[in-house]
Amino acid sequence: MSERFRSLWQGIRLEFPLLVGVFPFGLIYGAAALRAGLTPALAQSMSSIVFAGSAQFLTAQLIHGAAPALVIIVTIAIVNLRHVLYSASVAPYVSQLPLRWKALLAYLLTDEAYAATIVHYENAGVTPTGHWFFLGAGATLWLTWQFSTALGIFLGTTIPAAWPLEFALPLTFIAMLVPMLKDRPMVVAALFAGVVALLGAALPYKLGLVLAALAGIGVGMLAEGRR
Amino acid sequence: MNILLVFIVGGLLTFAMRFSFIYLLGRIALPDSVSRMLRLVPAAVLSAIVAPELLLHSGSFDLSPGNTRLLAGLLAVLVAWWTKNTLVTILVGFGFLLAAQLLFYP
Repeated sequence: MSERFRSLWQGIRLEFPLLVGVFPFGLIYGAAALRAGLTPALAQSMSSIVFAGSAQFLTAQLIHGAAPALVIIVTIAIVNLRHVLYSASVAPYVSQLPLRWKALLAYLLTDEAYAATIVHYENAGVTPTGHWFFLGAGATLWLTWQFSTALGIFLGTTIPAAWPLEFALPLTFIAMLVPMLKDRPMVVAALFAGVVALLGAALPYKLGLVLAALAGIGVGMLAEGRR
Repeated sequence: MNILLVFIVGGLLTFAMRFSFIYLLGRIALPDSVSRMLRLVPAAVLSAIVAPELLLHSGSFDLSPGNTRLLAGLLAVLVAWWTKNTLVTILVGFGFLLAAQLLFYP
């Protein structure tokens, strides 16, 4: 077995535990996107073009609410801003790769692919086949996301309308948010963002969300400065 | 509005953010203040999405025990705290909400 293949396989294997959370999320996204009025083709194409679960959920809701294109794009940008952080974090490990590899890995750089890959890089450092691990983890997640979306679209109408599917989104976010609240600036940022989101909820097209995120980040920075 | 075009622009933006420092490293370094700002982004964004989902009921503030989404959300916070497991958190929260709706509002 070649070293490349060994790395690829290791990436696939270590991505698997993370798929347990991703699969139902994709399934629910597929069903919820149809419920929001997207066609099956649009719901599926968003999964490959945007390829970011939480942004996709919000986009489906915004389209349902007939939000203007600019609002949708700004919301996607704010919600996906965290990927800049992931990009900066993995950059030193992929700096020697050709541009096409960098572009491919960047496309695959989701929350879950990052989570598996950064652990590998931090343990192994820069190795000649490290990018195959990244590819294995990222491609596994990509395939799972496309397949679970398709299954959700397929099952969409068979899921009873009374089931509050869209509630899976806040629940997933609670699961991601709670373990982050380990220091004061994080707690302050989360609290402020939450309060401003409530105050701004009456604003059209979830603009309250954008304002709240900016307010939370700003006040969190102040709390950071005072440490 | 051409929805596909919105996806393409949103997708390109997302790609640009994922590609940003992978591409730029060696050309410019991430300033310390920017990385401290970025660290706070997920907590702020997630909380801004979650709070209205739990606390607003058809547009108005609802802290009553009849707000089943708030109860399910608080339960999910506890489960997330204990287990740090995404799937268990979703299943418990969703199961609670579904049961509450079926029992109290059939």
